[in-house]
Parts: sequence; C-alpha cells; structure tokens
Amino acid sequence: MSTMSNTIVDLPDQSTATIPKMNFLTKENGLLSWLLTGDHKRIATLYLISITFFFFIGGSLAGLIRLELLTPQTSLMAADTYNKVFTMHGVIMIFFFLVPSVPATLGNFLIPMMIGAKDLALPKINLLSWYLYIAGGLLAIYTMATGGVDTGWTFTTPLSTHYVNTNVLTTGLAVFIAGFSSIFTGLNFIVTIHKMRCPGMTWFRLPLFVWAHYAASILMVLGTPVVAIAIVLVALERTIGIGVFDPTKGGDPLLFQHLFWFYSHPAVYIMILPGMGVISEVISTFSRKRVFGYTAVAFSSVAIAVFGFFVWAHHMFIMGISNYAVLVFSLLTMLVAVPSAIKIFNWTFTLYKGSITFETPMLYAFGFMGLFTIGGMTGVFLGASGTDIHLTETYFIVAHFHFVMVGGMLMAFLSGVHFWWPKMTGRMYPEKISQMAAVITFVGFNLTFFPQFILGVLGMPRRYASYPPEFQVLNVFSTAGATILGVGYLLPVLYLVWSLKYGEIAGNNPWQATGLEWQTQSPPLTENFVVTPIMDHEAYDYEWLERQSQAGKEKEAPIAG
Amino acid sequence: MPDSHAIAHNGEETADNAYSADIAHGEHPAYLRHHFNSTEQQADTTNFAMWLFLLTEVMFFGGLFTAYLIYRNWYYPAFVAGSHQLNVIWGTTNTLVLILSSFTMAMGVWCAETRRRRGLVLCLSLTFLLGLAFLGIKTIEYGEKIEKHHVPGFHYSLQSFDDPASDPEIYKEYHDKALMPDMARHTELYFSLYFAMTGMHALHMIIGIAILAFMIVRARAGAYTSGHVTFVENFGLYWHFVDIVWIYLFALLYLISRH
Repeated sequence: MSTMSNTIVDLPDQSTATIPKMNFLTKENGLLSWLLTGDHKRIATLYLISITFFFFIGGSLAGLIRLELLTPQTSLMAADTYNKVFTMHGVIMIFFFLVPSVPATLGNFLIPMMIGAKDLALPKINLLSWYLYIAGGLLAIYTMATGGVDTGWTFTTPLSTHYVNTNVLTTGLAVFIAGFSSIFTGLNFIVTIHKMRCPGMTWFRLPLFVWAHYAASILMVLGTPVVAIAIVLVALERTIGIGVFDPTKGGDPLLFQHLFWFYSHPAVYIMILPGMGVISEVISTFSRKRVFGYTAVAFSSVAIAVFGFFVWAHHMFIMGISNYAVLVFSLLTMLVAVPSAIKIFNWTFTLYKGSITFETPMLYAFGFMGLFTIGGMTGVFLGASGTDIHLTETYFIVAHFHFVMVGGMLMAFLSGVHFWWPKMTGRMYPEKISQMAAVITFVGFNLTFFPQFILGVLGMPRRYASYPPEFQVLNVFSTAGATILGVGYLLPVLYLVWSLKYGEIAGNNPWQATGLEWQTQSPPLTENFVVTPIMDHEAYDYEWLERQSQAGKEKEAPIAG
Repeated sequence: MPDSHAIAHNGEETADNAYSADIAHGEHPAYLRHHFNSTEQQADTTNFAMWLFLLTEVMFFGGLFTAYLIYRNWYYPAFVAGSHQLNVIWGTTNTLVLILSSFTMAMGVWCAETRRRRGLVLCLSLTFLLGLAFLGIKTIEYGEKIEKHHVPGFHYSLQSFDDPASDPEIYKEYHDKALMPDMARHTELYFSLYFAMTGMHALHMIIGIAILAFMIVRARAGAYTSGHVTFVENFGLYWHFVDIVWIYLFALLYLISRH
C-alpha cells in the first residue's frame, strides 16, 4: 500500500500466502457434487458459467446484426433471417442473460454472506431454479437450431398468434420455464432476507446490495407470473384457437400488450436494480466512505420497484390507448426518474471528498454512472408522449435501451464480477489489463450506441435488415464500435480464467471493504462463517474496520515478538 | 373420534419408520437443515415462502381475471348467454366437492400436527378422491361443451345464441332472446375465458392430486407425524388456494345474472 498510493489493494505476503485448503470449492469433488449441490456459492458458480455461455451466444447474434447493418442492402442474410437473428438476440439477452445476470450469480453468492447466514433459505429451490434456467436455455437454443422465431422478443399479437410460421411455441415455453427460474430466485431472496439475518443485522444495517436485490425480488415475484399467463394465452390461441387476443372473436390485441408489459416493463428494473446494488458497494469501497444518504438509497430501490409497476403503458403510446391513459402513464414514467436520480446524486456525493482510487470495479462503476445517466435521461424523452410518438420504433429506442442495459447493467455486472472475484476464487485478477478492458468497453460501447441516438432522431426504424444509404456512415461507426466492444468483453473471460491459476493470492479482504462477506476467508467455507457473526456496527462503517484491523495487529504482535 | 385417537397412538408406537427417529433432549431433530438455527426458524421460513408462492399464483390468475373483467364489461349479453350454457347443478356439486376436500385437507393438517398417522392417511386419501371426483365432473362438463360445439377454435357453433329456441333445454329455463349477430360472435370469447380459466384451475388440481399421491405414500411410512409437519401445512395452503380460485370461478362463470 505504501509503494502504490493510487490503490487500496492490501494483499498478504505472496511468498507465504496460500489459498485456504478447506473452502467451498474443495469441500467435495466430482461432477455430481456440483450438480446436486445445495450450496448457494456453488449454484452461483454454475450460474456464472452458464450465464457467460448465453451471453456469448447473444453477443454473437448481436455481432451478426451489426455486420448485416454495415451496408444499406440486405447483403449478409435474407430479411427473414435477420428477423430471426434480432429476435433470438433479444430473447437470449433478456431472459437468459440480463434478468438472471447479477441476482443469480452475485446475489446468490453474496446475499447469504452479507446478512451473516449459512445459505439461502431454500437451497433445493435454488438448485431447481438453476435447472429450470438450463432447461429453458437449452430449449431456446433448440428453437434457434430448428428454425428460430421472428416475432421480436415481445411476441406481439396477432403477429405471433396468427401470422408467423416460426417456433413461437417452443420459444414461449423456454421463456415460461426461465420465468419460473426467476420467480424461485426472487422468492428465495425475499424469504432469506426476511428470515435468515444474523443477530444485530437490522434492516437498516443491510448492505445496499441486499436492499436492491430485495426490491428486484419483489418485481420478480409479482411480475413474472403475469407474463407467464400472457404466454399461456398466446400458446392457447396459436394451438387451439381460443380468442382472448383475437379481434375476429372480439378479443383485443391491446390486452396482450397490457399483460406483457405489466411484466416486461418492471423487468427492466429487475435487470437494473441489482446492478445498482453492485454500484453502491463499489462506490463506497473505493471512496472509503459510507454511502451518502444510506436510507434514501435504500428506499429509492423500493420506490423504483413500486413505481415500476405503474408505468407499463408507456410502451403503448402509439397503440391507441386513451389520451387520459397516455397523460397519466407519461406522468408516472417521469416519476421513476426521481428515485433513479436520487441514486445517481447520492453516489456522486459519496465520491465527494472521498479517498477515491481507480481499480477496475471502480472504472466500470464510473462507466455505469455516466452511461446510465444518459440512458435514463433519454428515457424521459420517450416518457414524454409527444417526443415518444416521433422517436418510438426508431433506433433512438434501441440506443436508449442499450445505454441502460448494456452501458448500465453490463458495466455493473462486470464491475461486480471484478470486485468479488477475489472473494469467489481467492485470487486477484490482473489489474492493468483489466483496467484496459474497462476502458476499451467504455469506448466501444459509446461508439456503438451513441450514433444510434442520432440515427433514431433522423428516423431510421428499428428491426429492418436494410436502410436508406444516407444512414450508412453512422451505421459503420456503430459496427466498428461493436467490434471494439467485442474485444472488451472477450478480454475479461481470458484474463479471469488465467487468474484462476496465476492470479495473486487475495487474502480475506483485499479491498478493505466493510461487508460481512469480506470478514471471512476467500474462497469462503461452505458454511460461510466459522461462527455466526454478530453485526454490531452500521453498514459501511470504515472506522469499525479500522478498529478491527488495529485489534488484529495487537493480537498478532506478541506472537511475532 | 376417541377410537381413532387411540388407534393413531397405537399405530405410532408400533410404526417402524425412518422418519420418527426420537429426538434426544438438546439435540437437533434429523429434519432440521444445517443452515437453520432452530426448527421454529425453519418452519417459519418455509411457511413464508409458501405464502409468497401463493402470491405469484394470485398474479398468475390475476391476468385471467383482468381479461374476464374487461370483456365481461364490453360484451355483457354474450357473457350472460354463454353462462346460461353452463350446468349449474354440476358446478354447484363441484363447489361442494372442493369445499369438502378443503375440510378433509384441514383435518389432515390437524392429524399431522397431533401425530395421528392413520388419520392423516385417511384424510389425505379422501382429499385425493374428492380431487379426482372434481376432475371427473369437470370432464363431463367439458364433454357437454364439445358436443354442442362450444369449444372455441373447434368448429365453434353460434346456433344456441342466434336461435335460442333450437336449444330447448336451455331455452325452457331461461327464455333467452336471440343475440345480435355481432354480440353472438363474442360468446366465443366467453368460452375462451371459460376454458382458459377452468383449464388453468384444473391443471393446478392435477398437480395437487399428484402431490397428494406422493404424500399419501410418505404419510403411510409416518413421514409427517413425527413433528415435522411443514410440508403438509404448506400443501394445505396450496390446496385451499386452488379451492378459493374455484369459488371465484364458480361465481364469475356460472352465476352471471342469476339473482
């Protein structure tokens, strides 16, 4: 620490340090011990591997999309193939990457540790949720292999029920199954946070990561069943011809939109809230300060969850809902900006006069704050019904969504993976190359998606394989950016795998962070803690941490002397 | 009842089962999972999880009820005419069957809590049979709809609504007037909802009955009568929930415009 003043990394003496022999990875061996495990950390590891797999499938599809859009003509693939490619990109990225990304990996791994519990409340349900995820994911890949689906990830009726001949049913089933996986994860988190907290861990001593997951879990539990029934009704309409969404029978396709977006709008908060939880932890740790306005940030998570349920109709401003509904939903949509802004402001105030260092997780967190702010602000453009009518179904929407989800959520995911990597594996990732990867990702991202805002304002519609030639320059920028972005995503996979064997030994608490998860060995024991911890201080109490390390040194001193 | 009490106790004493391993004082019972501190915490937690799961079920059926609410408001005459096609006698019988099954289920939970093995097996078996009876009656009702071509999507017939007199049994009772052609068409939507809602409900019944079969086998071996009753309790909650959904369905689908 003394040699490098621009870092807080506090590693044990590498010549003598070892990874603890007994930990959750070494407890049992063999494939079965993994496939039948109840340990939340092992399930999180399974999730991390499978989610990365699906991310790269979705990413490859994105690559194909950008490659096709390099030229104004449909040069690489036929228009209907293009439809299938962007549909599968959406389905895989949303249901098999973004929704489970942070909760099922980092949340799964960390929530029990952060609240001082031995495991999630329902370990078998946790494992079941992973199997459901895999079953849904394999079904989605099977769908893709046998012809794909071309409705867009929104399954819009009557297109999906009457007009397309592609695999709507298997895709719907895949999403349905993945939905159950998500419900079980959310349910498990809520029960765990309510019932499994260690002595002294009051609600307002919970890390903000836990609050964010609690809010996201509420959305998972209440929202997902509604999209499930919407999918069931689409399937019934497609197979036996019941008419709930069929205008020829008096049904209304708009009802499908209501049911679908009642989940799918809150779903974007399912995706972003856990990411916000990561950012709270990272910003605090690398500023060495308690998160400014802890209570406000905690409640803003819950507020986002609550408001998030009352804005869904802003996806339907051009679909013939009444003007009064437009007015009300427009207003409510603007209101969601308030708790989101509370978070951004409070993180900024946390930085103010903090001792900031720029390790990789912090770089990604900065990326999140900037890109999420742009993504959120452009969301206000779309929430205002007047501008929405001009901008909807253009690349402006695409850019807005990707700024929040890729610029926001994916940055948060990478931030969290780097931040807790030493805890999960016991080894550090290589700092310099990962800082470089974070910067490459940021540059590549902006080059990819910023031109799309301009394309959208100029009127380029989304979901077409071809476009007028005057849009080509900006599209070439975007495709070039996507290439850089691809490198930015490939690098972490390479060096993180490398670090499993060659990374420096991290020790218990390389970042000197305050969370309970850092006060135990890395990688942790299967039971997480040797004795159940007692929480006798507030969250993010760096003075407590200082006293702890002081006391530790005094204890060691006589032995050394 | 006193008899069965004695039997249950005798049964318990002689039962040779793996589940009722006696708990020595101060030790944890075998069913306490390692990550809980106490059996109370464990029971509390699984119970809470079950209530949350039922909440997701409320949201699941909520989508259907929303659709029902909207369309019933739009096409009320079609919904009235459609509901007149349902067999209220069978519907009422089924309601009674399910309420009775909820009673036997509740008794089952009580038997588990008071450690009456035979009583539990009996109650679960009765619940199982009543569940099957419900599905049997539902099948008969579905059969009637198929006969009259009232299944949406399968050669749906508007005859009963365009010309009510052609359907003498129903006409005799209600003297419905013919619906306007446009409104008559919307009866198909009523039956869409009828099949979607009762179908989803029946699916929940089938899942419940399968779990009941599993529980009966385990209960015979004494699984739930040695102190660890959360599974029976939580299944009871599920069963009552499915029962309550039916009561709503019965009122909303069968009893429109009956005063």
